[in-house]
Amino acid sequence: MLDNTQVERLEAEAVNSAKIRQPLYAPRKKIFPKRASGSFRRFKWLVMAITLGIYYLTPWLRWDRGPFAPDQAVLLDVANRRFYLFFIEIWPQEFFYVAGLLVMAGVGLFLITSTVGRAWCGYACPQTVWVDLFLVVERAIEGDRNARMKLDTGPWTARKLVLRVSKHAIWLVIGAATGGAWIFYFADAPTLLGQLWTGSAAPVAYITIAVLTATTYTFGGLMREQVCTYMCPWPRIQAAMLDENSLTVTYNDWRGEPRSRHAKKVLAVGQPAGDCVDCNACVAVCPMGIDIRDGQQLECITCALCIDACDGVMDKLGREHGLIAYATLSDYNANMMLATAGGSSPVNPSLVRTAGGAFSDKVAHFHIRKIFRPRTYVYMGLWSLIGLGLLYSLLTRDRLELNVLHDRNPQFVTLSDGSIRNGYTVKLLNMIPEPRTIVVTIQGLYGADMSVVGEDIPAGRSFAIPVEPDRLKMLKVFVRQPADQIRAPAQTFKFRVEDKASFESNEYTATFNAPEAAR
Amino acid sequence: MSDEHIDEISGVSTTGHEWDGIRELNNPLPRWWVMTFYLTIVWAIGYTIAYPAWPLLHSATKGVLGYSSRGEVKNELTTAEAAKGKYVAAVQSKTVSEIAADDALREFAVAAGGAAFKVNCVQCHGSGAQGSKGFPNLNDDDWLWGGKAEQIQQTITHGIRFASDPDTRLSEMPAFGDIITADQIAQVSAYVASLSGKVHDASLIQPGAKVFAENCVACHGDNAKGNKELGAPDLTDAIWLYGSGETAIADQVRAPKQGVMPAWGARLGETKVKELAVYIHSLGGGE
Repeated sequence: MLDNTQVERLEAEAVNSAKIRQPLYAPRKKIFPKRASGSFRRFKWLVMAITLGIYYLTPWLRWDRGPFAPDQAVLLDVANRRFYLFFIEIWPQEFFYVAGLLVMAGVGLFLITSTVGRAWCGYACPQTVWVDLFLVVERAIEGDRNARMKLDTGPWTARKLVLRVSKHAIWLVIGAATGGAWIFYFADAPTLLGQLWTGSAAPVAYITIAVLTATTYTFGGLMREQVCTYMCPWPRIQAAMLDENSLTVTYNDWRGEPRSRHAKKVLAVGQPAGDCVDCNACVAVCPMGIDIRDGQQLECITCALCIDACDGVMDKLGREHGLIAYATLSDYNANMMLATAGGSSPVNPSLVRTAGGAFSDKVAHFHIRKIFRPRTYVYMGLWSLIGLGLLYSLLTRDRLELNVLHDRNPQFVTLSDGSIRNGYTVKLLNMIPEPRTIVVTIQGLYGADMSVVGEDIPAGRSFAIPVEPDRLKMLKVFVRQPADQIRAPAQTFKFRVEDKASFESNEYTATFNAPEAAR
Repeated sequence: MSDEHIDEISGVSTTGHEWDGIRELNNPLPRWWVMTFYLTIVWAIGYTIAYPAWPLLHSATKGVLGYSSRGEVKNELTTAEAAKGKYVAAVQSKTVSEIAADDALREFAVAAGGAAFKVNCVQCHGSGAQGSKGFPNLNDDDWLWGGKAEQIQQTITHGIRFASDPDTRLSEMPAFGDIITADQIAQVSAYVASLSGKVHDASLIQPGAKVFAENCVACHGDNAKGNKELGAPDLTDAIWLYGSGETAIADQVRAPKQGVMPAWGARLGETKVKELAVYIHSLGGGE
């Protein structure tokens, strides 16, 4: 005979009991963006054509620099440590120009984001551009949203196989072309193309193409929006860049709510109805798969395709554009206050419209003046300041440089006639792609003369020496001063270099050491 | 865990961690993320098979690729040696003067000789070859045994007063303390000091010149300019191995110090010695 009352029931529950169990890992929800059309889509096509055009064509532009330098307009010659950008040639020690440009790009990003939100993410980011390109391929082969969804859930038929294989094959070709274009920036493009074709290019070229093919294919074809949501830091940072006067893609619920698929029925029973007909067009076109009507989200890259989609629907309904629109938070808040009668009631669209159905005068619209505010002035000022600084530095930079290293061990040498000799390593930098004859002179230091190790140059206070184009010439120079001319244990004097043809010159103040006793 | 908490806004369960009312969401990780994690595990297994990894009692597994960091260094050294090969061959076949005259070869020899100098020579001659008392400065233009590249090569190969080398450079200045009187030593020291304009007792010059003519000219020459064949130093210049001035000169006359330099030829080999000779010749005093 079982007696349940004898056994105490314990308060215990399995930590993974079916009631509370949830998956540790969430599978990706597939997104099938529908084709959008409208002014923002057209603008994005334009940006895509320009950015891809720049990327693929730049290495093929030629620029004549004479016989002693490459004729590729943009070339990062890492092996020879020379960087060519049209009429600018940069040596490694001038790399701060690149750092300066990167700082400008950073401040520029702040400026753009604080005025028009994540325009970089939505239009110009390579991830966005390439995903767009991959989606074009996907649509061309598998059809638009509904056809793709049907194909995806459908069984594996021969047709599906052919479509899928051709899609991925074209993606891989695009990936290879992306990697291929990249390496042309680092070597003479026509030569490298020939070498690639004949299999004689350096292994690193093939490896680079392989890696970039893989990353382009994975990021653009397979991961897509996950790169933006999970991998990119910018969505996390940009919240600090935006303020209430920044334009962002906004669902204007003050005119859209309450949304209804049956607006006429709703109106018939005397209930308010907003402009949103809950057609989900904005969700269907979203490459991030989100619903903009839920408000601002970190996933939103502000590509504005939902604006195009919604404007299309508004056209059909005979309503004004801009249910989803670029709007600032301050305008949005003002309009919300209007639509909710100061926050005291749910949204009532009739509050923002006149009896005739047009928008009331009180509805706030974006004004261009909002772009100009202290924050953007600071960004613009900073950006221009760095830009002008770099420009000034670039226009006034030396193309004939001189570096002198004084021998420290020994600091001086006493010669048999009692005179004192100091050694210097003199580096002449001819930073133009033309051969030059450089005249080296010493100024000051009474009675001293120079001799150059390994060069057939008579001792004297001046000598001329040829320097190859775009090269550094290193000379070991001995300076010698008779004992009776020595004024102090450490005397300063100048090395001066001059190009007699162009009148460029440079100076270096050096020290001449002598023992105390030599005076 | 029965007090399961679901966040109101996101609808996601929380981990149970709470700080001042702020709870941590228990969002599931994206699937690709865990796939990447598994992939790294697979990679790690492959890595331990391909490369040395598992510690054994006295060593570790070798890995099927046969890689070792020591082997990598060895390969790099072999490559470096091969790259130097043509220069080394040229140094072997050419004379030091020919090497010094060839720009590329001189650059190579100066670099190689400089490295050898830092290992073998700096102990006496100093890191800048500047020498010190008793150890000659190799930067200057005063040479006891000659400053031509070949002469420097000869000196390095056979050394100076190095007993075990039959071809060593040999000179022996007698200890004049046993030969002439203390007065004569003082006189000749004053005379020698005067030759290079050092402070001296002018009253001793006349007798000093006489002592010099009788005892010193055989090696140092009539004009006291020295003789490189014999290793006899020039007494008229500004450079003094054992110090200048009457006292230092008198000490050296009375009981001369005789420095010894080892013969390096057998130890370093002809190529290294040639490189050293070119390096020293390039220091600025080479003739």
